[in-house]
Amino acid sequence: MSDEHAADIDRHVRTYILVFFSLMLLTVITVAANFLLHLSVAGTIALALFIASVKGSLVACYFMHLISERKLIYWVLGFTVINFFGMLLIPLLTESDKIHY
Amino acid sequence: MEMEIPYTVHARPDTGLTNGKIGIWLFLASEVMLFGALFATYIILRVGAPTWPRGHDILNVPMATFNTIVLISSSVTMVMAWASLMRKQFGRFRLFMGSTVLLGGVFLVVKYFEYSAKFHHHLFPSTSTFLAIYFTLTGLHMLHVMGGMVVNAYFWGPGAKLWKTDPVHFAARVEHSGLFWHFVDLVWIFLFPVLYLL
Repeated sequence: MSDEHAADIDRHVRTYILVFFSLMLLTVITVAANFLLHLSVAGTIALALFIASVKGSLVACYFMHLISERKLIYWVLGFTVINFFGMLLIPLLTESDKIHY
Repeated sequence: MEMEIPYTVHARPDTGLTNGKIGIWLFLASEVMLFGALFATYIILRVGAPTWPRGHDILNVPMATFNTIVLISSSVTMVMAWASLMRKQFGRFRLFMGSTVLLGGVFLVVKYFEYSAKFHHHLFPSTSTFLAIYFTLTGLHMLHVMGGMVVNAYFWGPGAKLWKTDPVHFAARVEHSGLFWHFVDLVWIFLFPVLYLL
């Protein structure tokens, strides 16, 4: 193993440890905010999902190495994300177009 | 005659990726849609229900918080297992991979106690819509944890023989199983607030 490669891996490992502590901190914040901040239901949902999105991004970018992945993977995931949000939108659109008897 | 599977170690010139890497990402894309369908179901059930309980009134938040910490820790040990192979430290790989499997086991044991408590209090999937979606989502997630554990245990044990003959191929396999394991962690990161806190 070359020195350059070893240094590269060491840098990765330092990032993993930093991400690990960030995820732990964000988990504590999620739970604490839920019990300490008396937000409305909408506010609680928005805050919890925002923190979850940040945590998810950290896992995807650094643990799954998406931050330095090939273009084809981004295309596959981009297409998936569009379909995913489309699917989440369907029930909301259905709800906003209720039939009243 | 033995035929070699192409592009397991070296990247395909057209995609710049190994077949294994593109395969696991396509699989994960299908998994996003699977869990996405269930999250959409959760939304339609919740917005359509006249009343919806707050998760923390029914479910055990401390246990779920502990499980979140366990699963995040297992993600770190998984990525450290891969990094150990990159550093050609097989002993450390074994340690980290073993820890990952063990932490997966801890997650399942905690979940067993959580489910047992629910059943003890006569709270079943048929009890309410909330519990139906709770058991469906967490049950499916648990199946994924089990699947990941089986694969990781294989690479910790008998599958590790490949390290001696083809270390690059073995590291690539571990990276792919790691991607699945991180996905399982990622799903839990969203399941936890959605079911337990909101």
